[in-house]
Amino acid sequence: MDNVTQLRPAETPKADNTDGGLKGFFHKLSKQRALVFMSVPFLIWLIVFKYLPLWGWSIAFQDYKPAKGMFDQAWVGLKHFKFLFEDEHFVRVMRNTLAMSFINLVLGFVTAITLAILLNELRKVAFKRVVQTISYLPHFISWVVASSIISTALSADGGIINDVLLWLGLIKEPILWLGEGKYFWGILGVSEVWKNVGWNTIIYLAAMTSIDPSQYEAAEIDGAGRFQRIWNITLPGIKSVVVILLIMNIGNLLETGFEPQYLLGNGMNVDYSENLDIFVLKYGIQMGNFSLSIAAGMFKTVVSFILLFTANHIAKRLGEDRLF
Amino acid sequence: MAKSLSKAPKMYARFKSPSDRIFDFFNIIFMICLVIVTLYPFANTLAVSLNTANDSLKGGIYLWPREFTWENYKYVFEEATIFHATLISALRTVIGTVLSVFCCTMVAYTIARPEYVLRKFISIAFILTMYFSGGLIPNFLLVRELGLMNSFWVYIIPGLIGVFNVIIIRSFIEKLPEGILESARIDGAGEFTTFLRVVLPLCLPVIATVSLFSAVAQWNSWFDVFLYNSSNVNLSTLQYELMKILQNSNASMNSGNDYASMFSGSEASINRVTPTSIRATMTIVASVPIIMVYPFLQKYFVQGMTLGGVKG
Repeated sequence: MDNVTQLRPAETPKADNTDGGLKGFFHKLSKQRALVFMSVPFLIWLIVFKYLPLWGWSIAFQDYKPAKGMFDQAWVGLKHFKFLFEDEHFVRVMRNTLAMSFINLVLGFVTAITLAILLNELRKVAFKRVVQTISYLPHFISWVVASSIISTALSADGGIINDVLLWLGLIKEPILWLGEGKYFWGILGVSEVWKNVGWNTIIYLAAMTSIDPSQYEAAEIDGAGRFQRIWNITLPGIKSVVVILLIMNIGNLLETGFEPQYLLGNGMNVDYSENLDIFVLKYGIQMGNFSLSIAAGMFKTVVSFILLFTANHIAKRLGEDRLF
Repeated sequence: MAKSLSKAPKMYARFKSPSDRIFDFFNIIFMICLVIVTLYPFANTLAVSLNTANDSLKGGIYLWPREFTWENYKYVFEEATIFHATLISALRTVIGTVLSVFCCTMVAYTIARPEYVLRKFISIAFILTMYFSGGLIPNFLLVRELGLMNSFWVYIIPGLIGVFNVIIIRSFIEKLPEGILESARIDGAGEFTTFLRVVLPLCLPVIATVSLFSAVAQWNSWFDVFLYNSSNVNLSTLQYELMKILQNSNASMNSGNDYASMFSGSEASINRVTPTSIRATMTIVASVPIIMVYPFLQKYFVQGMTLGGVKG
């Protein structure tokens, strides 16, 4: 797999054409025309659907009016970016985005690693397999279905969460969980865990299978207890995977996702549920302010890009250069 | 690993200390709790969907329907909009998955060929796109300019190639025994024939993985419907219809309105079903195909995840 270090400008494949130069290249190309026919149409697809939209970024520097042609727009420089950073609404949206990212990152890692370790400690292989299969289920269902289920569970009349809390005597009357902004980040974090914790264990469990079992046996003979074995063998065994995933996720800090916030969000929790992607959607599609919306989206992409490359750089320094 | 698994229980049995037993006990209890927390919401939704609509409003339905009925399912499949949306969902899942997997495999095959002169260029062009995207609005404008709005093809074409899928397939092809492709070519088969007759069948395990990812994404997606086809009810999908009901009930919680008004089209239906029962039923309909399929592909997606994730 190409890793990030290979992302230099394309080198001409000099090793292949010994007779050198453009002529040799085209000679080879015509000999390989079957391969060209099988790949170049998709290269064109790629340019149209992935590279061409970048052209749209220019709109962020214009006062875009859909009625005018592409070249007749008025250029306004950084006006929309200035507006964004002074806009209270945008600042709140950024706060929500970062808070939810951070909560999801920490909760996601801790729960997935814990679950992977506990699964690894199960002795009955059949039981372990059943638990694993069931734990993957929520990952495959859509956020629409998940949100439907979550809002039913959180409902104030007859929702299971309120029922259980009432039964335990922890609360006196049902709480309108989705009706108050202060609960939203927590609800989102727990929902993400519910949906993805099983799925996220896959990679840790795979890393654990590469730990030499004789290490456990030796430790056991030396009298190491269960927790000591976990702490001294299992955790160090998955350390490099944890570090890589952590770095990758830091690169995705602004990508909190969009669906759960949009689907579980409502008028009452909007101050806490609205994140960057929803902001972009609201301004762009619903209010037709393309320029401002693209400026916000562009800000996100650029920051993500910088974060990702910083993360990659750190990964390389730590000697973990195979991110992708 | 397999060896140690068969040996381990005996070893452990000999050294099992009381604290070990306690750990195992609580670990199993924890796992059972996890299973319950994962499955209960589905079981509860299933029970509500099989209970008469008006009775469900009284609450207190947990794992078992109180007044059993098929009425909700009958309604869902008789209601033209929902039935049609289910059809579109199925159609986009099948067509989208087949086309996407075929194209991804083809691209992966060409860039897995070491002698291909454009290999490096195409690989880099694809991989670079994992690091940026034009974003929502530029993509929206592009789709509009291409005239894909209000068409079925907007579900297929913009997502035709998944870069992640291409990478998984490519690394699979690269690990195939070298002789196989060579001998096919020596037999005089053309590139495309080699691909169709030799590479595709050999790639079945990885194709299973990628197909699952692709099919799940197609079946579950609603945002493209919302963005591009929301004005055309003929192109609506099951997930989008469910999403509309969900949004309505969220909004009604906000305003306190009775959201049964959504179904005011037919008076009779108000008595037969309620938004709650319809939502539960559609939730089940939307998740059953997935629940039926994914356990059987577990081996493949676990492989795919570890292949494409970190190990390289």
